[in-house]
Amino acid sequence: MIALLLRDLRLALRAGGGFGLGLAFFLIVTVMVPFGVGPDAALLSRIAPGVLWIGALLACLLSLDRILALDWEDGSLDLLATAPLPMEAVVSVKALAHWITTGLPLVLAAPALGVLLNLPPSGYLWLVLSLALGTPALSVIGTFGAALTVGIKRGGLLLSLLVLPLYVPTLIFGAEVARRGAEGLAVATPLAMLGGISFGAMALLPFASAVVLRINLR
Amino acid sequence: MSLWEYANPVRFIRTTDIVLPWISVLAVLCLVVGLIWGFFFTPDDYRQGSTVKIIYLHVPSALMAINAWLMMLVASVIWVVRRHHVSALAARAAAPVGAVMTVIALATGAIWGQPMWGTWWAWDPRLTSFLILFLFYLGYIALWEAIEDDDTAADLTAILCLVGSVFALLSRYAVNFWNQGLHQGASLSLDKEENVADVFWLPLLVCIGGFVLLFLALVFLRTQTEIRARRTRALLARERQG
Repeated sequence: MIALLLRDLRLALRAGGGFGLGLAFFLIVTVMVPFGVGPDAALLSRIAPGVLWIGALLACLLSLDRILALDWEDGSLDLLATAPLPMEAVVSVKALAHWITTGLPLVLAAPALGVLLNLPPSGYLWLVLSLALGTPALSVIGTFGAALTVGIKRGGLLLSLLVLPLYVPTLIFGAEVARRGAEGLAVATPLAMLGGISFGAMALLPFASAVVLRINLR
Repeated sequence: MSLWEYANPVRFIRTTDIVLPWISVLAVLCLVVGLIWGFFFTPDDYRQGSTVKIIYLHVPSALMAINAWLMMLVASVIWVVRRHHVSALAARAAAPVGAVMTVIALATGAIWGQPMWGTWWAWDPRLTSFLILFLFYLGYIALWEAIEDDDTAADLTAILCLVGSVFALLSRYAVNFWNQGLHQGASLSLDKEENVADVFWLPLLVCIGGFVLLFLALVFLRTQTEIRARRTRALLARERQG
């Protein structure tokens, strides 16, 4: 499992663009928002948590079809399926690799982009915490979507149609934690819900993804 | 003799062929009677005026939008557990009907909301969750269309339906939570079942019955079509080989 994880990480690092692309996209989305809504600092600081969450979500979405599509094309997914590793573990490792290459940099970069959007000082901790808690769910849900569409040529657009509705609860609670944190309100309830969704998805969805992959490899 | 015998396509077609004309006629009858009764022979509401009459379209379609998804969920579980092709096809047949019902519910809601709330759209939890439901329908239909192999498509959409149901439910409550802090007007969600007086209640019931029958008729018809289309394809394939 560790070998597989390292292999995926190395591929993402060296295949060019995979690692930094999500980050660059996150930066671009965040920079575009003030151009769209105007440079009013008060307005920006009010919408900053939500914008950062949506940016992170879109950046995640962008890299989803890299999780499985390349391995599907060159046949290494078939090899993984016949390896003595259960499919659930393969899928989990893939999701973990995706999170390390996409989610984690987003979490780390979010405070810097918060500065650009005039995020209130009290919001930084909660923004980072909510992203750290929520992005694994995005990766796991995204892996499920990638597994669904892996057999379809040019499934990228379909992938986003399938995955975005599934992202709704995570986005709502994640952005709510960041928003309430920024405004100095109580965050316990949405934080608990976000954690529940995230851990629930991590615990259960790999099984669904594995089933789906087995069907696709049949 | 058990219920599962109807999972045989031949038997399914034979049975529904008998039932279908009756259901269709009854559906049309219910809809015509219910809608005319509702639109022309009920008094205007003292506060909402004549706009109240949109409930004869709005409530039944909203009801069917949710129930169609539930039916797809049940059919998907049956397909996953017992692998009866008819049930997978019925789920597939129900999806576009459910999507259309969702659109009807959203559109009639907007038409009603404009004069009543002064806006076509509000990010009210119920409206929002219906929009999300519509997105789920779109994704489900798109996945069916995108996959060529029939059994693979049935398997994948069934699992999407299962996972999607969990997330749809989550979204429903997440949305509820999300809007309470902002502007949850109590009058927005107008609990019709409790508010509606007897004069409105009976025609509404007839309309709901009409929508249920209409849904059944459409699903039966679309499932039959799908079975026959598959049979044709199989025959053509055999001919090409032989």
